[in-house]
Amino acid sequence: MSHRLETGGRLIDRTVPRQFTFNGKTMRGYAGDTLASALLGQGQMLVGRSFKYHRPRGIVASGAEEPNALMSLGTDKTFEPNARATTTELFDGLAAESQNHWPSLEFDIGEINAKLSRFLPAGFYYKMFLWPRSFWKHVYEPIIRKSAGLGRAPRHRDADHYEHFNATVDVLIVGGGIAGLQAAKAAGEAGADVLLIEQTAHWGGRAPVDGAVIDRVSADEWVSTTLATLEAMPNVRLRMRTMGAGVYDHGYALAYERLTDHAPDPSLPRHRLWRIRAGRIVTATGAIERPLSFAGNDLPGVMLASAVRDYVTNYAVAPGQRTVVVTNNDDGYRTALTVQNAGLEAVVLDARSGATGPLAEAARAAGIRVMTGRGISKVTGKGKVEAVAVCDVLGAGAVLEELQADCVAMAGGWSPVVHLWSHCGGKLTWQDDGALFRPDPKRAPTGADGAAFVLAAGTANGEFTTADVLSDAQKTGEAAAIQVVASGKAGAAATADPEIVQAMRPVWTMPEKASYALRSKAWLDYQNDVKVTDVELAAREGFESVEHAKRYTTLGMATDQGKLSNINGLAVLAGQLGQDIPKVGTTTFRPPYHPISMGAIAGEARGDLFQPIRKTPIHDWHDANGAHWEPVGHWRRPYAFVKEGEDIQTAVNREVLATRNSVGLLDASTLGKLVVKGPDAGRFMDMMYTNMMSTLAVGKCRYGLMCSENGFLSDDGVVARIDEDTWLCHTTTGGADRIHAHMEEWLQTEWWNWKVYVANVTEQYAQIGVVGPKARDVLIKLGGMDLSKDGLPFMQWAEGALGQFSARVFRISFSGELSFEIAVPASQGRAFWDALLEAGAEFRITPYGTEALHIMRAEKGFIMIGDETDGTVIPQDLGLNWAISKKKEDFLGKRAQERDHMTDPLRWKLVGLETLDGSVLPDGSYAVGEGMNANGQRVVQGRVTSTYHSPTLDRGIAMGLVELGPDRMGEVMEFNRVDGTYVLAKIVHQVFFDRDGDKQNV
Amino acid sequence: MSEAVSALAGSSAHGFVDVTEAGLVGMVTIRGDYGNTEFRDKVATLLGLNVPDQRQMTTGGTDKLLWMSPDELLLVCPHGEADARVGALSAGLSGVHHLAVNVSDARAAFCVKGTASGVREALAKLSPADLRASVLPVGEVRRTRLAQVPAAIWLESEDRAMVVCFRSVAGYVFDLLTQASKPGSEPRYF
Repeated sequence: MSHRLETGGRLIDRTVPRQFTFNGKTMRGYAGDTLASALLGQGQMLVGRSFKYHRPRGIVASGAEEPNALMSLGTDKTFEPNARATTTELFDGLAAESQNHWPSLEFDIGEINAKLSRFLPAGFYYKMFLWPRSFWKHVYEPIIRKSAGLGRAPRHRDADHYEHFNATVDVLIVGGGIAGLQAAKAAGEAGADVLLIEQTAHWGGRAPVDGAVIDRVSADEWVSTTLATLEAMPNVRLRMRTMGAGVYDHGYALAYERLTDHAPDPSLPRHRLWRIRAGRIVTATGAIERPLSFAGNDLPGVMLASAVRDYVTNYAVAPGQRTVVVTNNDDGYRTALTVQNAGLEAVVLDARSGATGPLAEAARAAGIRVMTGRGISKVTGKGKVEAVAVCDVLGAGAVLEELQADCVAMAGGWSPVVHLWSHCGGKLTWQDDGALFRPDPKRAPTGADGAAFVLAAGTANGEFTTADVLSDAQKTGEAAAIQVVASGKAGAAATADPEIVQAMRPVWTMPEKASYALRSKAWLDYQNDVKVTDVELAAREGFESVEHAKRYTTLGMATDQGKLSNINGLAVLAGQLGQDIPKVGTTTFRPPYHPISMGAIAGEARGDLFQPIRKTPIHDWHDANGAHWEPVGHWRRPYAFVKEGEDIQTAVNREVLATRNSVGLLDASTLGKLVVKGPDAGRFMDMMYTNMMSTLAVGKCRYGLMCSENGFLSDDGVVARIDEDTWLCHTTTGGADRIHAHMEEWLQTEWWNWKVYVANVTEQYAQIGVVGPKARDVLIKLGGMDLSKDGLPFMQWAEGALGQFSARVFRISFSGELSFEIAVPASQGRAFWDALLEAGAEFRITPYGTEALHIMRAEKGFIMIGDETDGTVIPQDLGLNWAISKKKEDFLGKRAQERDHMTDPLRWKLVGLETLDGSVLPDGSYAVGEGMNANGQRVVQGRVTSTYHSPTLDRGIAMGLVELGPDRMGEVMEFNRVDGTYVLAKIVHQVFFDRDGDKQNV
Repeated sequence: MSEAVSALAGSSAHGFVDVTEAGLVGMVTIRGDYGNTEFRDKVATLLGLNVPDQRQMTTGGTDKLLWMSPDELLLVCPHGEADARVGALSAGLSGVHHLAVNVSDARAAFCVKGTASGVREALAKLSPADLRASVLPVGEVRRTRLAQVPAAIWLESEDRAMVVCFRSVAGYVFDLLTQASKPGSEPRYF
């Protein structure tokens, strides 16, 4: 059983005990522990159940590659599923629960699946659940969902907050092992701005555990000396607990900093997502050890050999009392020696026919039993390792000897961590020596300059001896710096003695001729329960591409993304297909390297900051006076001002009637206002609008339409001629930025030599509509301008002082009432609004919202962009031919509107609609016709575009587009309702109220 | 005239940097062909300020002239004088193609003050711009974005930055800067 050793532990502080709970049980560890080391220290080998068969699973690894030890951490608002115990630093009060067990970790009903495993082969789900179809939704899916594994989704709003940080550097170095440190030193010495990031809370990586000697001192000492040097360099920055998550085009990289996971503090950001723009990215990401595929390799107690020595050396935790090291290379002996030195027992099974390297000799000299040409036939035990059956590694698994053991350390060789190299297209090359994929510098990810912007260094680049790692890192760090800063010179690389290494012997299934029974208990992917036989079956069934085999078997598709399983899996696939491993290739490496929190991705964009909300100068008044808000683009506009005791509809009715009968007040500040100025502005305006704008007299206003090149109506609004070469264009609220961009695009790309400037002055002004028969009376009370019928006629504007305000008054109407839209500087908008409220008090002046605005325009038959238009409607459909110039040679949309589809007399055209019973037509309702169309659908001959209850007329009114509509006045049509019934409506003129326009013309 | 008020009436917040809405600031957008020496000189004479080079600004008296794009400058002046500046430009440039327009009230301005590193760090949480002192020295203008909205930033001195955004999102930008400067969240990077 795993336990804490009496002495040692380079990362733990025995004077600072920590208390935590696992599945409700109180446990103890030390400062510096990971959750994984603390669990092992307490003898907790069983930490979860596998996804498919609910097999008992223990800790396999000591870092980000861990497939099994996934925990749910925290509760309620700090709950987080699928946290890796190996990357979770222990803190006081940490609460962890294992996942994928029911009813309990020790007794799990799903384990029955394991007994049925021969009925659950690869592709089982695809094959089984095809038929009958309806079973999927009602039977299979609910059952699978219930038994399917991993963590639950959080149910509460996250109590923590997150942030982003942008950094631009010359050289980003990912990985703080000796390669990263050496590369950072070289790049810094060469004069580059360097950022070095390390995912764990410690610098130096594996070297201290593996006993490297650098510059004649221990790795630990070299690391601290080098760190001190780096910290003293003003151009080098260091970040721990910061993982390189992804590499993207143009040297963009994401890094994930975990600020408070190790010491929770809700007042601080929990994670920080670094958005880094780097000239060069050096990946010094090390390597991950490979497991070996033998029967029973998923029993708790079977671990990576490197992890075993990590636990012993770093945390003083013994994974077992008696460890069988099974290896195909020299590295396994490091574990045997570490275990032996800690006073525990070790036996080595070496798959090679002879073991002659210095490490093997050292093991023998230390009295460790070494068996060569041997492998594991199977590991047995109830829920944990109890015995190891030794066999000839070349044979079929005949048992030569049985060893009692409680830990198995697998040393299957190393795979460089090539993820970040590969994210943006870096290619790999296979190296037989070491049986590994390494970055191919000839096929690196390239940037805008055509040069490689990612450089791999050290072990991540396929270098394995300390001396090679250091010199490669020095070279790479210097090269990266010089490529960016174009000068400078790095100091020499740190040195290490050459190492004599005996070649490894690749072993993909153990033993080589293992029977089906053994292979079907040899796990490749622990988390998704994929075994050697599953990959073999996929190959036999024709899933020969590695990407297909992955999806068919789910190999590498779990949250660890196949960090342990990929190479072994594709080697098995290659073997089954009779192909070379490089021919089969790898699956695609995609960011992030290791899961990152959704909160970090969102950054500051949550709660009130989720999206910017645009506010007019009068927003606060609206908010304080019952505004029911409507989002319009990023603006919030009052839909209606709801008073005590009113519902929304009542408020809307009140606002319409008050405006029609006396005077209303509208905050129209959100309307777009674009200034167009220059000697060619008139010509430009004539191209932008369908009607003639160049002839508009100074001081006058004209309603105009803007179309896209394809003739479709895009925006509308009133244009005012300000002076000889200046026009002011009003756009819709949502159209301001879009139309501004539209104008700039034409000016910059097509008519670049026209002398026109456009400025968006939307927010410079607060614009307020004073609307209704008493509108003029209110403004007269403010005084200062002649706003009489003749002083300021309809469709004209004037500038002057209105009371205490410098104002531009437009006499325009979107309601059919006597109406003035008055623009004042935004800084005085609120004061002006207040002044109007005060002056209008005697007329019971009534602020109204967008719904009243919409109703009043519909009563007058005015179209609304977005209601009557949807991107397929041309002005001619809406009876707006009067606003389309016949004199102009050209305008945007003119030629498109002459296409035969656009001139088809059967195009649906705008009409008014009145239900026979006075009810309100459903929005979007279709006018149905007789029979079916060619697609077997009900024939339709029109649709509703706007529909309201008109308080003025006290009945439902609507507008719609109807085939031959204007020719069918008086005809009654059937409109469908969602409930399948129909309502009858008569085609009428679309102006329902004051058709002669008497009211606005007073 | 009615008293003018800025978007947030001078709101301020205290964190590892202080964020203060700068109140009313006069701003005039001036577009024209600055590649034309005659035009360039004319604008300089009218404003009493040199036309700044790319990304730079010039200062004189109460006014500043900021480079916005090859054909656009932004004049920053006392709020009450913006209309007069527009008038002077329009009269002086009469007959020359240009656009001078008062945009003072379309904008909100913030002052971010604190330690030299704190100012850059608070901004770097929100802006993708390269804020290294070697790249963005005092007096250089950067048009960028803060989280989801456009903004212009420059450093008046090592410990004080100005942020200009659209008026309608003043509240959003204030909240962004306030959250970004929460004590304890210093990235300690610059």
